[in-house]
Amino acid sequence: MSGTPRTGAPFIVTSRTGDATRPPMEEGHTLNAYLASGGYQGLRKALTMNPEEVVAEVLASNLLGRGGAGFEAGRKWSMVRPNPVRYLVINGDESEPATFKDRMLMERDPHQLVEGTLIAAYAIGAAQAFIFIRGEFALGMERVIAAVNDAYRHGAIGANIFGSGFSVDLVVHPGAGAYICGEETALLESLEGKRGYPRIKPPFFPAAIGLYGEPTVVNNVETVSNLPWIVSNGGAAFAALGQGRSTGTRIFALSGHVVRPGNYEVEMSKLTFRDLIFDPELGGGVRGGKSVKAFIPGGASAPWFGPDQLDLPLDQDAVGKAGSMLGSGSVIVMDSDTCAVRAAWRIARFFHRESCGQCTPCREGSGWIDKVMRRIEDGQGREEDLDLLMDACDNIAPGVSWPPAQTTICVLGPSIPSSVAWSIRMFRDEYLLHIKEGACPCP
Amino acid sequence: MPVSVNESGIPSEDTVTITVNGKQIAAAKGEMIISATDRAGVNVPRFCYHPRMKPVGMCRMCLVEVSGPRGMSLQPACYLPVADGMEVVTDSEKVRKAQDGVLEFLLVNHPLDCPVCDKGGECPLQDQTLAYGPGESRFVEEKRHWAKPIELSDLVLLDRERCIQCARCTRFASEIAGDPLIDFFSRGDSTEVAIAPGEKFTSYFSGNTVQICPVGALTATPYRFAARPWDLEQVESTCTSCATGCRVVVQSSSNQVIRYLGVDSDPVNQSWLCDKGRFDFEAHRAGSRVTVPMVREGGELVECTWAEALRKAAEGIGRAMEVASDPSSAVGVIGGARLANEDAYAWAKLVKSVIGTDSVDADLGDGLPADAVLGLPKATIDEVCSAPLVLVMTPDLRELAPILFLRLKAAAQSGRTKVIELTSVGTALGRYATETLVYRPGEAASLVAALFADSDPKPLAAGMEIPPIAGVAASDVARTRALLAGFSSAVAVVGRPSLAESTEATVAAVAALSAARPETRYLTVHRRGNLHGALDAGLAPGILPGRVTLEGGRSTFAAESGWGRVPASTGMSTHEILRSAAQGSLGALILLGADPVVDFPDHESEKALSGGAFVVAVTAHLCESARRADVVLPAAMYAERGGTTTNFEGRVTTLGKKVTPPGQAWEDWAIAAELATALGSDLGFTSFDDIAAERTRLVPLFRHFTPHIWNAPSTRDGVLLPLATAPVGLTGAPRALDPVATPGIGSLPHHAVRPPSPSPLFAGTGTTGPSGAVASPGAVRFSRPASPPDLPAPDAYSLRLVAPYRLYDCGTHVVGSAHLAALAPVGTVRVNHYDLDRLGASTGDTLRAVSPGGSHQVVVEVDDEVQRGTAVMGFNLAVAEGSVSARSLIDLSAPVTDIRLEAHR
Repeated sequence: MSGTPRTGAPFIVTSRTGDATRPPMEEGHTLNAYLASGGYQGLRKALTMNPEEVVAEVLASNLLGRGGAGFEAGRKWSMVRPNPVRYLVINGDESEPATFKDRMLMERDPHQLVEGTLIAAYAIGAAQAFIFIRGEFALGMERVIAAVNDAYRHGAIGANIFGSGFSVDLVVHPGAGAYICGEETALLESLEGKRGYPRIKPPFFPAAIGLYGEPTVVNNVETVSNLPWIVSNGGAAFAALGQGRSTGTRIFALSGHVVRPGNYEVEMSKLTFRDLIFDPELGGGVRGGKSVKAFIPGGASAPWFGPDQLDLPLDQDAVGKAGSMLGSGSVIVMDSDTCAVRAAWRIARFFHRESCGQCTPCREGSGWIDKVMRRIEDGQGREEDLDLLMDACDNIAPGVSWPPAQTTICVLGPSIPSSVAWSIRMFRDEYLLHIKEGACPCP
Repeated sequence: MPVSVNESGIPSEDTVTITVNGKQIAAAKGEMIISATDRAGVNVPRFCYHPRMKPVGMCRMCLVEVSGPRGMSLQPACYLPVADGMEVVTDSEKVRKAQDGVLEFLLVNHPLDCPVCDKGGECPLQDQTLAYGPGESRFVEEKRHWAKPIELSDLVLLDRERCIQCARCTRFASEIAGDPLIDFFSRGDSTEVAIAPGEKFTSYFSGNTVQICPVGALTATPYRFAARPWDLEQVESTCTSCATGCRVVVQSSSNQVIRYLGVDSDPVNQSWLCDKGRFDFEAHRAGSRVTVPMVREGGELVECTWAEALRKAAEGIGRAMEVASDPSSAVGVIGGARLANEDAYAWAKLVKSVIGTDSVDADLGDGLPADAVLGLPKATIDEVCSAPLVLVMTPDLRELAPILFLRLKAAAQSGRTKVIELTSVGTALGRYATETLVYRPGEAASLVAALFADSDPKPLAAGMEIPPIAGVAASDVARTRALLAGFSSAVAVVGRPSLAESTEATVAAVAALSAARPETRYLTVHRRGNLHGALDAGLAPGILPGRVTLEGGRSTFAAESGWGRVPASTGMSTHEILRSAAQGSLGALILLGADPVVDFPDHESEKALSGGAFVVAVTAHLCESARRADVVLPAAMYAERGGTTTNFEGRVTTLGKKVTPPGQAWEDWAIAAELATALGSDLGFTSFDDIAAERTRLVPLFRHFTPHIWNAPSTRDGVLLPLATAPVGLTGAPRALDPVATPGIGSLPHHAVRPPSPSPLFAGTGTTGPSGAVASPGAVRFSRPASPPDLPAPDAYSLRLVAPYRLYDCGTHVVGSAHLAALAPVGTVRVNHYDLDRLGASTGDTLRAVSPGGSHQVVVEVDDEVQRGTAVMGFNLAVAEGSVSARSLIDLSAPVTDIRLEAHR
């Protein structure tokens, strides 16, 4: 991004080959490389502006949060309660299965993250910022810490940044290995040294009551990584990319049964899922030339799509209207050989293992569903299990629709039906085959 | 129609109106939906919610539909505050489905072992499963399995399979008790309540976690497998293990006390109990229990009939009365704090009129004098906990009055109340106090004087450093003085901080405060259960029933319409009685539930019973003193008799009689009446009602205080005497017992006697009387000593002894309750490492302690919480073989006790 000026053309990176227009990033994480490609110019420019002007640029860019909920970043900032103390927390606890875009940004472009964080801190008037990084990201942690230390020495962090009179400290905090801490209020609890339990809403946003009870902005790593470019090039330039509310570019983490899984940064709304999966420059098609059986458009928490939805644009609202979400931007492709039961069970098992246990429907429901799904996959299912699963899903997310209602404290609960209930709806016959044959019929 | 504001008891400016199932109800601004629906009688099922703890919204059982910006949605009623105009639906199909679903989820991993579960029959999960959730289980998978039970402590066991992760216990431990020793470990459906490896849940309040557990996950060792809930009968009562006066229900099965549960009495214990109060019922069936009268024959105590025992007792007392000119010098009576108020009145009449001695003392040298307890302007617990500033000059309240500690802790943590603590040793309250000033033992008076002086302490000469006051740095004194000066009114909690410091030293501190701030109101705390009631009945030298002096009450009680006669002059205190007995000048000594041999803080207490006095012990247990008596009369215990009791606020509450006394044990008033008969007199009492009637007639303090008042449902939280002079109706509804907040408590019928009809009587229900003082001319008044006692100058080689109470000591109730006895610590002398290093000694060493009580061996322990120059030894604790307890070191006639530790060479 700011390491390489944007051209408006799709900017593509892949984790597999690194052969796209992005220069090799082996040294991209160092301060010198970053400075050489124009690093920290966005921050310098921001510091010459009023914080309000920075907020205005971001509002103009219509940058949507890249963490999953897709809330407008500028609006989130505007909602922060006036207070002598405000905190900025960057959510780098990327743990959604098949989502790996923040990881790449932290490992390969940590200075861009640091610069974006500093711009956000300046915009909201935070004197203390935190980057909360998933504990398992050893390399990302090492690189972001190194970047923060280098930035301190460079005068970009600390007291009186670049002589502007603005001061902010930045702390990198390792997560303790819980998926739930990607949920922003659980992250704040964890950051406070407590058990990572999501807080009960309302208050709906940490902007009112956040870290240590003070107003807090929680932004995703990718969201703030866009800021140096937006400040350098202007919000309007960002908004000119994409379409409707979905502006700018976005990194899609493509995985599953595609020829070229990887991270692809593309302009929003301009391409379809079919393009992303089949374009030779991008996913390169389904492996073995098979057809797409189903795909998940926005991470393991999102309802499944079938081949009919392949022509939907990579657009937040379009996907939402079609009954799922763009979510964390990870697209999982299942080919025609995939066992839908097994795939749904694997996702259900993940949520079972990652349920924090705070509230009953998720704690007990996830385990129950995991056990039933496993039983069906193992050929021990009963026909009534399908109604049971749908009803258990309904007791976690009443109505089992999208966007979901929930009986749980946080949205981990309604993430469980997304794979189980939708796969039953799409592949009921396949479930029944498991039950009637007493074994998984898939190759 | 909205409920009128007066009816719901919410002040109008704080009222909002919400709609529940189409009906408008009033709610208090900021309260949670569930408390508004509870008040309106709309039941919302719940597990994790407890009205005395912060909500967490975890179990999701209380999901209801609530209107919001995005229409109706399911929200936890326990976690969403009401808002004006809010619409709440608790009975829709959507709500029902969600609640049924949650209940089914809760049962997924919950074992269906109700038939062998202690909670079965009083289990909120069981009860709500009947009302909600599917009729049969759809769960056919393997349930979670875990080793069980886990011993969290000697008292509390955990069955992790039954746990529904409601966090009531963990929240109680950290939020209420301040002992965050248990917490959730692991996550998801592997979440378990656990304790750190190698640790124990050593909280004085651990039993409350068992009480509030909504399933059978937590069980208490004394109750485990002891009974089935449907076999239990219960009666409401008041705990008398200490003087806080916590409301309890006493539950029994087969005429055995099986369990106590805390009742939510708002002005007192707010549903909590300490473990001592909760579990000391085992003492009812202790081996030391006396159930048959005994007399000494040939040097041995032998069982006999009541007639024989009473005759022997009357003979011995009569002999003593004959030889002396003044009964007050011939017969001494010690004790009475164990009695019910009505028992105490009967005994006061026997002692002060039939026997005619004024040498009677319910205080065992461990409290404040009667004139301080009765004569100081009073403050209630509520007043203390709502005051902006409280001065605390007591022993460690967690040891002395654990529930008062919880109330004060909560007040301090709420930020409403600033606590200023004056103490000689670190206490549990210190963490929550705004200021803790650690003074040299015995010197509180000079510290108080300096805190309220007109100016800050000054140096002796210009340029010199300002010397510390009573061992407290001058800067600390100045800072606290400034803080105190900012508050116009003061409330103080006062008590004897150490039994190694004389009453005079404590009184001097109170006097200094009273002189500096005459408007100060006091909560006087003492240890023995019904000490206040005994003093109200006149069981102390120089006073008569109703908080009046001998002179003040003489005209009433000496009259024929009264008792006929009262003692001529003030008699002896416990210490004086014991000294007189030791010297052989006392003819007879009656021990009224007292064990002075081990329980009186003086090295010579033991000698009293070998001075030749004729000793009658009225007791429930064969304690050390009773073993040396000439006549032992078996008395009924708590829960074996009714009546009323008075806590240290002066609050009078009922005692429930649940079981019959074992063997031939009698209630104390009956023993007094029969002993009077044996002495050739007649108290005129054949029942409790006789006593109450006479007391109502003779004692202005108890005017209107009849069984109708104390048994009325609206006075369950007790009344403060004297009753308000304006008539107050007694028709109020009884406090509801919440069966989900305290499982097992509401599912049983209430056995209290109801008044036959609503009567227009007088009752100050739960409100304080006019400063608690009786306006009669003969009222007991706090008398300030002329000057504080002279203290010896601290010398460089001596350590000033502090002997504080411990909750678990060698008292009969703890020793008689096997599960508690194991928890009592061993008595060691705790000293700062600096003082111990000088002797070349270390923890566990046995040293010689040279004290006013002689040279004795003691075991020492390093404790840097103890100030240099101070030695701390808990009172009445078991000690290592060959060493002595604190009592043997203390000289109560001196203001303080200094000891010197010497290493054996």
